[in-house]
Amino acid sequence: MTVSENNNEIDDFTGVETTGHEWDGVKELNNPMPRWWLIIFYVSVIWSIGYWVLMPSWPGLTGYLKGTREHSERENVDVALAAVNAERSVQMKQLLSVSSMTEIERDPQLLEYSMAAGGSLFGDNCATCHGAGGQGFPGYPSLVDDEWIWGGSLDEIRQTLHFGIRSTHPDTRLNIMQAFGRDGLLTREQISDVTEYVLDISGQDSDAEAAARGAPLFAQQCTSCHGVDGRGNQALGAPNLTDGIWLYGGDPSVIRQTIYNGRGGVMPFWTDRLTDEQIVALSVYVHSLGGGE
Amino acid sequence: MTQETNKPVTSVSSATSGGDVMGVAVILGIGLLYSLFAAARASDPLMQFHSFIFLAAFVAAGFALIVHVSNPKPKSQSGYEYGVVKAGVIASMFWGIAGFLVGVVIAFQLAFPDLLYFENLPWTNFGRLRPLHTSAVIFAFGGNVLIATSFYVVQRTCRARLAGGLAPWFVFWGYNLFVVIAATGYLIGVTQSREYAEPEWYADIWLTIVWVVYLLVFLGTIWKRKEPHIYVANWFYLSFIVTIAMLHIVNNLAMPVSLTGSKSYSLFAGVQDALTQWWYGHNAVGFFLTTGFLGIMYYFIPKRAERPVFSYRLSIVHFWSLIFIYIWAGPHHLHYTALPEWAQTLGMTFSIMLWMPSWGGMINGLMTLSGAWDKLRTDPVIRMLVVSVAFYGMSTFEGPLMSIRAVNALSHYTDWTIGHVHSGALGWVAYISFGAIYCLVPWLWKRESLYSKAMVEWHFWISTIGIVLYITSMWVSGIMQGLMWRATNEFGFLEHSFVETVAAMHPYYIIRACGGTLFLIGALIMAYNLYRTIRGDVRDPEYQSALAPFRGMTPAAAE
Repeated sequence: MTVSENNNEIDDFTGVETTGHEWDGVKELNNPMPRWWLIIFYVSVIWSIGYWVLMPSWPGLTGYLKGTREHSERENVDVALAAVNAERSVQMKQLLSVSSMTEIERDPQLLEYSMAAGGSLFGDNCATCHGAGGQGFPGYPSLVDDEWIWGGSLDEIRQTLHFGIRSTHPDTRLNIMQAFGRDGLLTREQISDVTEYVLDISGQDSDAEAAARGAPLFAQQCTSCHGVDGRGNQALGAPNLTDGIWLYGGDPSVIRQTIYNGRGGVMPFWTDRLTDEQIVALSVYVHSLGGGE
Repeated sequence: MTQETNKPVTSVSSATSGGDVMGVAVILGIGLLYSLFAAARASDPLMQFHSFIFLAAFVAAGFALIVHVSNPKPKSQSGYEYGVVKAGVIASMFWGIAGFLVGVVIAFQLAFPDLLYFENLPWTNFGRLRPLHTSAVIFAFGGNVLIATSFYVVQRTCRARLAGGLAPWFVFWGYNLFVVIAATGYLIGVTQSREYAEPEWYADIWLTIVWVVYLLVFLGTIWKRKEPHIYVANWFYLSFIVTIAMLHIVNNLAMPVSLTGSKSYSLFAGVQDALTQWWYGHNAVGFFLTTGFLGIMYYFIPKRAERPVFSYRLSIVHFWSLIFIYIWAGPHHLHYTALPEWAQTLGMTFSIMLWMPSWGGMINGLMTLSGAWDKLRTDPVIRMLVVSVAFYGMSTFEGPLMSIRAVNALSHYTDWTIGHVHSGALGWVAYISFGAIYCLVPWLWKRESLYSKAMVEWHFWISTIGIVLYITSMWVSGIMQGLMWRATNEFGFLEHSFVETVAAMHPYYIIRACGGTLFLIGALIMAYNLYRTIRGDVRDPEYQSALAPFRGMTPAAAE
């Protein structure tokens, strides 16, 4: 064992002195701290002190060091938002000043703006129920076809967006598809017959005899909303039953369930959550999805 | 000094003369009465369930205590206490595999949420399994590794038997009782909704009792040491035990609704609460997952490499700078929130200053290999230890980087954070633990070598590929997620809806789940290898490193 002048063992491999301690066979070399390590450590400390001088940092009793740059993230956000809003203000005003919303669709610049704004709003607010592409899910209407329950014109879409369907807004769109079975308006047999009739008018396979029995029941109970021929009525929000497009499904079992329990899907109103300009832009976007009237 | 080092431990601890039995009996008795009371008068079924678990544990412990006391021939108190270390090693592997398995399950739940959603089994919900995973790997796996290795290292480097007689066993079983209470709590829906501190007030009080005993055992062992100096690994362990006690108590200050009910309300509210939680959460990373495991590193790397620690001076400076600076860095979890900007600044700058103190441990770990680099080729266990230090270096560079506000604006709330955590958790914490356990099992059970070197190789490579898949997929996914969230079109409107970002992450979630599966497979191979080692089987007899050189100091000589 080589020994240093401090009487500590010298490691054979590195030639470095040990500290002279040993724990369970583990020794320690007396290497200095790596210079690069020390320099970066000092630099990071100096950099931090510099950062404290420039930026909001240490607290005191009555406040905190504001820093020479007077940096405030909250103010930065306010400024950035104001800048974006100022940039948009021209289009925003125009969206509300048009006499008819079809003007927006004719003006390429306004249309481009509405599509950008509406697409973003749709993704954040509507896609959850109607799907990212507006394709819809059972119970949540597709917005890409030309079947509209409450109307697919720009104005109708806008009204639906403003006030919702069966929402809590006083001006909401509202109708009731009754629970014919649960409330005892029709017997189970009668519901089966009406189901066969609905299958028949929607062009699906059906039991002709039962459908014939169902026809007068349909005329009696359903035509006031869905129309004599079952083609629906947008003014009442009654879906067309003959076009093979279904909100909840067109299988016999689902139709029977719909008649038995009724339906009452809710769309919230957006008046307080979105601005009027946003609702206009969103109407234009939805109108453009495929089936606008 | 060298000539003294090989001297066996002969002192008989005065603390084993009955005081330990009394102390444990008192704690068990009070616990028994209280859990009986809470079980009978429970104001909610969750509390009743947990009271019964406590009750069953205290009754079982009582019987064990009676058997211990009535044993006419008490065990020798002169050697090292290895039984509790062995128990800790087994518990570590058990909880580790359980925790990794839950991690794999929730990774697949994220990738295929519709396939792995069971309406009628609320305990299988992601929301309950996720804290089960985090707590199982951090506290159940990591905690048992820390308790086991600290009990081993403090004895060996102090040349003193663990203080407190039965107390170390109380720490082990008490801690694992806490783990069971926490784990079952997550499944049945008990939570105080604090990140990494979900267990409710009664579990917190129990852990506090256990932890104070842990501290006393550790300090007591250092107190009666036969070495003139305290080895660096023990400083790190001690900073871990002391700081975790402080963090745990402050973060969990709460008022129970009823002394027989499971619900409590935190003492903090609003942004103060957020800051308290991340002061705790960040320092749980700092003092549980960093300093504790650096304690492991400082013993097992020089021991396995059979080389002296690179620099004593570096170990002192990086220890004190690390523990001083770490405690301030928590606010970097709350950038761009209601937290005052000055606090964000401090959190960020202290995180930057933390970079080199963290790397001090990496340098000391890696440079200790100088003179033994060839062992990376021949010994997969040392390779695992060294790779863990490399991952440690990588994640302690990534951490300060992500704490910079401008970087954090992109990375925060994204999968990048998850990738960062797992490069530290899988790469550093788990690998250093695996390496230490691979060393410990032959040492503790007095085997000439591990059962199979080839299996360690397989474990190393399978799990390394798993880690790489995990962290790279989360980097890509996280950065993509951050970029998609902030993308705006020419009018300043958001380019993507949230659900589009979710859809875009799907392939990376599958890759991540596969990486996690590989990691789990590696751990299963390890468990089998250890099982055969403990049984005394040898498959690769040439693999005998790191035991023979210390044969003179094996427990046999010490007893």
